[in-house]
Amino acid sequence: MKKFKKFTGLVVPLDRVNVDTDAIIPKQFLKSIKRTGFGAYLFDEWRYLDHGEPGMDCTQRPINPDFVLNRPEYRNASILLTRSNFGCGSSREHAPWALLDYGFRAIIAPSFADIFYNNCFKNGILPVILDEAVVSGLFRKARVVLGSKLTIDLKAQTITGPHENMIGFDIDPSHKQSLLQGLDDIAATLMHSKQIRMYEEDRRKEAPWLFGEPA
Amino acid sequence: MPALTLYDKLWDSHLVHQKDDGMSLIYIDRHLLHEVTSPQAFEGLRLSGHQPWRTDTNLAVPDHNVPTTNRENGIADPISRLQVDTLEQNCRDFGITQFAMDDPRQGIVHIVGPEQGATLPGMTIVCGDSHTSTHGAFGALAFGIGTSEVEHVLATQCLLQKKMKTMLLRVNSRLGPGVTAKDMILYLIGQIGIAGGSGYAIEFAGEAIEVLSMESRMTICNMAIEAGARAGLIAVDEKTVDYISGRPLAPKGTLWDRAVASWRELRSDPDATFDTVHEFNAIAIEPQVTWGTSPEMVVSVEGRVPDPAHEPDAGRRAGMERALAYMGLEPGTAIADIKPERVFIGSCTNSRIEDLMAAAEIVRDRRVASSIKQALVVPGSGLVKREAEARGLDKVFKEAGFEWRESGCSMCLAMNADRLDPEERCASTSNRNFEGRQGHKGRTHLVSPAMAAAAAVAGHFIDVRRLLDS
Repeated sequence: MKKFKKFTGLVVPLDRVNVDTDAIIPKQFLKSIKRTGFGAYLFDEWRYLDHGEPGMDCTQRPINPDFVLNRPEYRNASILLTRSNFGCGSSREHAPWALLDYGFRAIIAPSFADIFYNNCFKNGILPVILDEAVVSGLFRKARVVLGSKLTIDLKAQTITGPHENMIGFDIDPSHKQSLLQGLDDIAATLMHSKQIRMYEEDRRKEAPWLFGEPA
Repeated sequence: MPALTLYDKLWDSHLVHQKDDGMSLIYIDRHLLHEVTSPQAFEGLRLSGHQPWRTDTNLAVPDHNVPTTNRENGIADPISRLQVDTLEQNCRDFGITQFAMDDPRQGIVHIVGPEQGATLPGMTIVCGDSHTSTHGAFGALAFGIGTSEVEHVLATQCLLQKKMKTMLLRVNSRLGPGVTAKDMILYLIGQIGIAGGSGYAIEFAGEAIEVLSMESRMTICNMAIEAGARAGLIAVDEKTVDYISGRPLAPKGTLWDRAVASWRELRSDPDATFDTVHEFNAIAIEPQVTWGTSPEMVVSVEGRVPDPAHEPDAGRRAGMERALAYMGLEPGTAIADIKPERVFIGSCTNSRIEDLMAAAEIVRDRRVASSIKQALVVPGSGLVKREAEARGLDKVFKEAGFEWRESGCSMCLAMNADRLDPEERCASTSNRNFEGRQGHKGRTHLVSPAMAAAAAVAGHFIDVRRLLDS
């Protein structure tokens, strides 16, 4: 898995609460059997004025000039600043895949939906939770100071910028280690194979119907 | 012995390993798969050379992309077809049971699991689908996962999890006549908000839950995720046991007796403590209709579209204004004056036999209003469809002007050909009214099956209790 250690990038402010996964990547693009290629369709219904379908050449589509990602000053943004409950709705991992494919490596918000939050860590995206007031402060700066860049240091758990006092953030130690080391979760779990087998032996005695035992 | 919640009991009985940092490995008893969130997981297995840890815990069914008409002709959209074919190939390659599109047992994965007895109390159940919370109605710990986790479960039979917080939603008294589980869960989401359950497993309890059928309990738990909670839970009782008895994958003989005895423990201890408790009164709940683009944007059918000007919080106000613009609604409009053009009865929330019976009762001897362009009934599975036909419900719907379709997710998320056109308004029994959910620029109003049927025959939203009285 992709590591995340220290990252500097341009911040784009997406000022909406409850951005759902249908908005992040609409369902028609979920028909793909690949993990890549979703970036062009990120926020498709907001980003373009026409109706998108898989396989379209997005460079030829009419863009919505009002949508913040389309504004020239936020081109090449790689840190998404947004509001509470980002990523609510479905479990589709296509949402973090689309964000990553577009170029986002970190998302800053007051809160995230549970499944989306988890999915980010599986893809090398750092979701940073900050107090509502701190997020509002970052919104003001991102709007006023064009080209505003931030540096996120996961090891130190800090966010710094030229116009910013250092901001600290909390993160679960296991999530932190997983991103810092780019751990392969499956390989790590299989280190516990013996314990899994032991659990199965015990469980089979207590609840044999869960193991396809004949009646 | 400390008093435990149902969630604590389920967690403890599946704990394989607890790490120092609080992350735990928990064992997964049942893994349900569908075509949309699994292909990349199987590809991952191939790339890493891993084999499924156990094949017998997996059950796969295509549901999101499948057509609901002329199924014998296959899938017209080549991209959808490839995805469904890929599931079939993956299941064949890895030895996983799949109910293919032409199997009478095919249906929406969350309808099929309970119907087959693949969903049992005391299990951990996961699926790459957020509405996996449905299965919590059986006293099982069930939640949606991403595709990386689908691969992880296939390869290891375990998941890395942190323990959730626990919330009790106690609903006292009973729902009034004509008010359903769907109204109850929409009302509860309106009360606690779509992020109210974030980080929690929600247990639903109280008299109003106890008197519900298993099918209604599934509707409640299905939408726990719409309150932000990955898992919904309801304690096991006689109804749970009766529902499972005799189903194809249910334990048989002496194993059945042993299983039932252990399932009876699956309830929160009387003095168990929850991190958060909310109490509600079911008698206060009226039939609900959503007016916006989030399930928490909901009011009683007798109410009006709210005015954002009265919302003190700036973020919420902006959200309401955007929702009203998207929905093409003015503040203060009476819900009963809103006229849908399409009606959709289906989805993993409301496509079981009880739902179809409730809708048919309203539709019987009535006609779909001439202003309605299309009214669809999409049964949750081939077996639900068969049972409905045995009861003559298909005739009731067709005579009234409804289309009677094959099973699948259909217009809940419009991955197949069933979708709204831009700015079309739909009375829908599904679970999400997000922008674009039922089709590009489509406008969704979430309601119960009876309320959807009532809107179909009236041509506008109407309190279904008025039709029941007449």
